[in-house]
Amino acid sequence: MPILSLDPRVNRLQAEEVPADQAPVLVPGDHWPSYQVFHQRRRGEKHSSVGIVHAPSLEIAMAMAKEQFARRGETSNLWVVCTADVLEMDYADEDVFRTTPAKSYRDPAGYKVNDKIEAYKAQQTTP
Amino acid sequence: MMAFSIPTSPLPRYLLQLADDQLVMGHRNSEWTGLGPILEEDIAFSSIAQDQVGHSLAFYEILHQTYGLDNPDQTAFNRPENGMLSSWLVEQTIGDYAFSLVRHWCYDQAVALRYESLAQIQDPNLQALAMKLRGEVKYHTFHAQTWMKSLLQGSEESRLRMLSALKEVWPMALGMFEAWPGETDLMQELGSQGDPWYPGEKNLQDLWQTRAMESLASWGVEVEALGLQRLEPVLGGRQGYHSEHLAPLLEEMTAVFRLDPQAEW
Repeated sequence: MPILSLDPRVNRLQAEEVPADQAPVLVPGDHWPSYQVFHQRRRGEKHSSVGIVHAPSLEIAMAMAKEQFARRGETSNLWVVCTADVLEMDYADEDVFRTTPAKSYRDPAGYKVNDKIEAYKAQQTTP
Repeated sequence: MMAFSIPTSPLPRYLLQLADDQLVMGHRNSEWTGLGPILEEDIAFSSIAQDQVGHSLAFYEILHQTYGLDNPDQTAFNRPENGMLSSWLVEQTIGDYAFSLVRHWCYDQAVALRYESLAQIQDPNLQALAMKLRGEVKYHTFHAQTWMKSLLQGSEESRLRMLSALKEVWPMALGMFEAWPGETDLMQELGSQGDPWYPGEKNLQDLWQTRAMESLASWGVEVEALGLQRLEPVLGGRQGYHSEHLAPLLEEMTAVFRLDPQAEW
């Protein structure tokens, strides 16, 4: 019995239904690791994380990254990094950042200097 | 179908061969859309196919504007089979993925060589076009090489399937470098550097073969034992003689066009 699907691509395959006892068994090598893709629009700008690809090797990850993330618009460079090589913080430690938004003294906007600047300007223009 | 006469001057004929190869190769590669072994490869083949059809259009435009051929749509879609100058390699059906991949590698390595040489031509339009297009071909060859290397160095099964595809593709790949009328005249034409820009098919084939053999050896293929150098080229395409696969391809490719050949798109 041929597989019928709402996806025309699946139907075009004209694949036969596989009996349950003959279904392929997945082994670890069937799952490719993921690679993080970083995209740079123009030279000198930063590389930004744009997403992931699954691939069997770094080189193939690069070929795939080119297709997935550099098909449209401007690109000058791509990086791919194996996700396993990325050291990630634990979300359980998110509390270390909790008080940061309150530290307005670390932000230029936290300083009210406009009055002083206006006063200084006024002083300069008065003869 | 309109009568078509193959250009007699060497340059437009050479450009037509290039354009026909790209058109037919692009059409074949587009057949992987929806059927690629993995999603990304599905997209890669489709994207490369778009590039190739785009390249053929660029050459058909120049043939139309400078060399008096009919407009690109008519030239691409309204020609009898024996007016097509594409090689046998590109018209073969997609086969399995190993076949398509090896063909893609053989084909785009050759295109890269042709664009390198075309970038030395005196005509500034063609020179600029070759410079522009060769960036895309650089990616095509990177894509092909990456997979060739990976599968030739992969499992025993992937290696055997690639080697068998290599033997199947090779004679037709050699056929890309078939001699054509006017070739020796074009070899005399001086390029922007004051030297002839077109080395001729024999020299292109030698260069292509040397590079291909080097790559294969670097991926652990015992080239001598595989016996590629004993295989004979499959010829005919550049003279308008084709295998049984081109006619059905043209039938499908031109189906929409033939509904109304004079339609404005």
